[in-house]
Amino acid sequence: MRAPALEGDLPVPEEKPGFLKGNHAGAVRTCDTTGLPVCLEAQKFIQLNAVMAVVALLIGGVVALLLGLTRWPSVHLLPSEWYYRLLTAHGFNMLIFWMIFMEIGILYFAGTTLLNSRLGSKALAWLSFGLMVTGAVTVEAMVFAGKADVLLTSYVPIKAHPAFYLGIILFAVGALVGVINFFLTIYIAKRDKTYAGSVPLVVFGAIAAAIIAVVTLLHGALVMIPTFTWSMGWTEMPDPAWYRLVWWGLGHSSQQINVAAMVSCWYLLGTLTVGAKPLNQAVCRGAFVLYILFINLASAHHLLVDPGVGAGWKIWNTSYAMYLAVLASMIHGFTVPASVEHALRKKGFNKGLFGWLFAAPWKNPGFSAFFLSLVIFGFLGGITGVTLGTQQINIIAHNTLRIPGHFHATVAGGATLCFMGLAYYVVPLIFRKEYPLKALARLQPYLFAAGIVTMAISMSFAGSYGVPRRHWDLEFTGSQFAVGFDSAAHFMMGIVGVGATLAFTGLIIFVLLTVWAVFFGKSNAGKPMESW
Amino acid sequence: MSIHFPETNWFKAPTGGERVWIGLALAWCVVLTLAMPYWHFKGKQNSTGESYRVAPADFMARTEKFVGTNKVGELKGVPVVQPAPGGDAYLVAMMWKFYPVLKLKKDQTYRLHVSSLDLQHGFSLQPMNMNFQILPGYDHVLTITPTISGEYSLICNEFCGFGHHTMASKILVED
Repeated sequence: MRAPALEGDLPVPEEKPGFLKGNHAGAVRTCDTTGLPVCLEAQKFIQLNAVMAVVALLIGGVVALLLGLTRWPSVHLLPSEWYYRLLTAHGFNMLIFWMIFMEIGILYFAGTTLLNSRLGSKALAWLSFGLMVTGAVTVEAMVFAGKADVLLTSYVPIKAHPAFYLGIILFAVGALVGVINFFLTIYIAKRDKTYAGSVPLVVFGAIAAAIIAVVTLLHGALVMIPTFTWSMGWTEMPDPAWYRLVWWGLGHSSQQINVAAMVSCWYLLGTLTVGAKPLNQAVCRGAFVLYILFINLASAHHLLVDPGVGAGWKIWNTSYAMYLAVLASMIHGFTVPASVEHALRKKGFNKGLFGWLFAAPWKNPGFSAFFLSLVIFGFLGGITGVTLGTQQINIIAHNTLRIPGHFHATVAGGATLCFMGLAYYVVPLIFRKEYPLKALARLQPYLFAAGIVTMAISMSFAGSYGVPRRHWDLEFTGSQFAVGFDSAAHFMMGIVGVGATLAFTGLIIFVLLTVWAVFFGKSNAGKPMESW
Repeated sequence: MSIHFPETNWFKAPTGGERVWIGLALAWCVVLTLAMPYWHFKGKQNSTGESYRVAPADFMARTEKFVGTNKVGELKGVPVVQPAPGGDAYLVAMMWKFYPVLKLKKDQTYRLHVSSLDLQHGFSLQPMNMNFQILPGYDHVLTITPTISGEYSLICNEFCGFGHHTMASKILVED
């Protein structure tokens, strides 16, 4: 059924009516695979950010395995202090460092290669990278030294060492500088007329992610600066309810940067793997605009069972406009697979309703990671998210394992898996190194996806039996009062451990292959990348 | 292509399947938007989010007064307190216990005040699996009517330091 030509069938660049004269002053190469211009300076910073992202993924992943083995009741690996400590580390490495380093790299790529431009400012890129690395290292040091056992959210009045908050602020400012550099790049491209007309869809999505990032990082500054000054003893403690409101403007919105970046990468990988083309640019772009306008309100659903805000506030903020952001995801959930179907049908895979799906390049890890990410994010992540965001259902779900069950489907099964798929093109095209052991790489997205799906579903079931998240001991050993959970909950927690182990296997294969490829891989400079 | 520049006049209204899908999705979003307020008035389990600012020391004083007038016994050294039906009940969370143990009557309605003396805590009633946030400085009022008698566990489900996983209590409901 599958035509042999399809596998690794990279799109031959069609006519590019928009490309005009570049502004690189010589510091540019033409990609041997796609024919696109690669700004050498941007390439360096894409590489630096990608390397830091993978380091964070590795730390977060090793820690995740230990956490999974601790919540597996019959293993119960870590002592309680280390469980909470590593849980803090896991949150920062996975939700913040891995994601944001990756996204700054994506922004530099989208602003330069796709717009035929040079990078806005080398100095700003160094400043951004330096601040982000300093901030990340500071946070890691504080967390692993046991000076910040406050979990990712650091809800006041719980207090960490001031350097911990300072580290977060430095990282956030660094990310903001990177985003500004991206906007500067677009400005320069426009000024130097490197292109004509509208920007490509992937750049449009990256701009949406960058705008959401600015909003997010401003919330971060608003909440973290007074928390830092409080930890230094200079100011009063921020109000706990205010802290939660503004912190989630950072905490949830930062996941919306991931959503916008991930959706952009879906379009990018759709094009790179099967030559997919958006059916209707206006629809896809309109959906990104909905993200920018409304997605920040998703933050409100973290406060659905809080004191301090009333029912009217909760219902208003979590219904009318949050659903317009949901609408945006529903639209992308249609247009992305539709564009893949359209491209494959055009190649002649027309048999029946799903012939195109069976004929898709499932052996290409870039494609499988992208498509599995789409399915896991949409079905598992999206449906649980909308469900948990309802006032009444939140009462039976708040702070139970249903919440991490949801966001492991969105962030790990969705964004992380998508970025893994992206790496299968970033390494050959930007680092110009070939992946070793291609058969293992082909298997990797399936392993990781199966692990995350297993874990997310069993977490959700355990949570529906009331098992709390961020909790070391299901047995409540040493408690004044005995607490018992349904035996089904214990069983589900065992499955969480199995899923975590499986997902870790997928993750470590990805990290090892990627590190191997980057440092010891076969160079493909001067010729097109090998087909997947 | 998603990575190439679109044609100049790319703006066109959605057609065909896309148009149908957007219509269906939008209609579903409208249903969801209406469903939440509908269930708020129609559903039986809702929180109004009623809350007041209170200094932790004041809340503790109110709780002590409540315990003093309504205490009916002790369970593992913790006072068991039976509020007047239809009246106010106080529950304070602290590292790493709840105080006191409440004894309620089935089918009676209570105004349950919860707050914290130190960090943020969670009010998680098991096996009913009903969860609310407890913040220091806020008197969170939950209007509750127990409908099934029995012994319930109350656990903390907001991380509150290294003893978090030992923080549990009971709520007793009798016929």
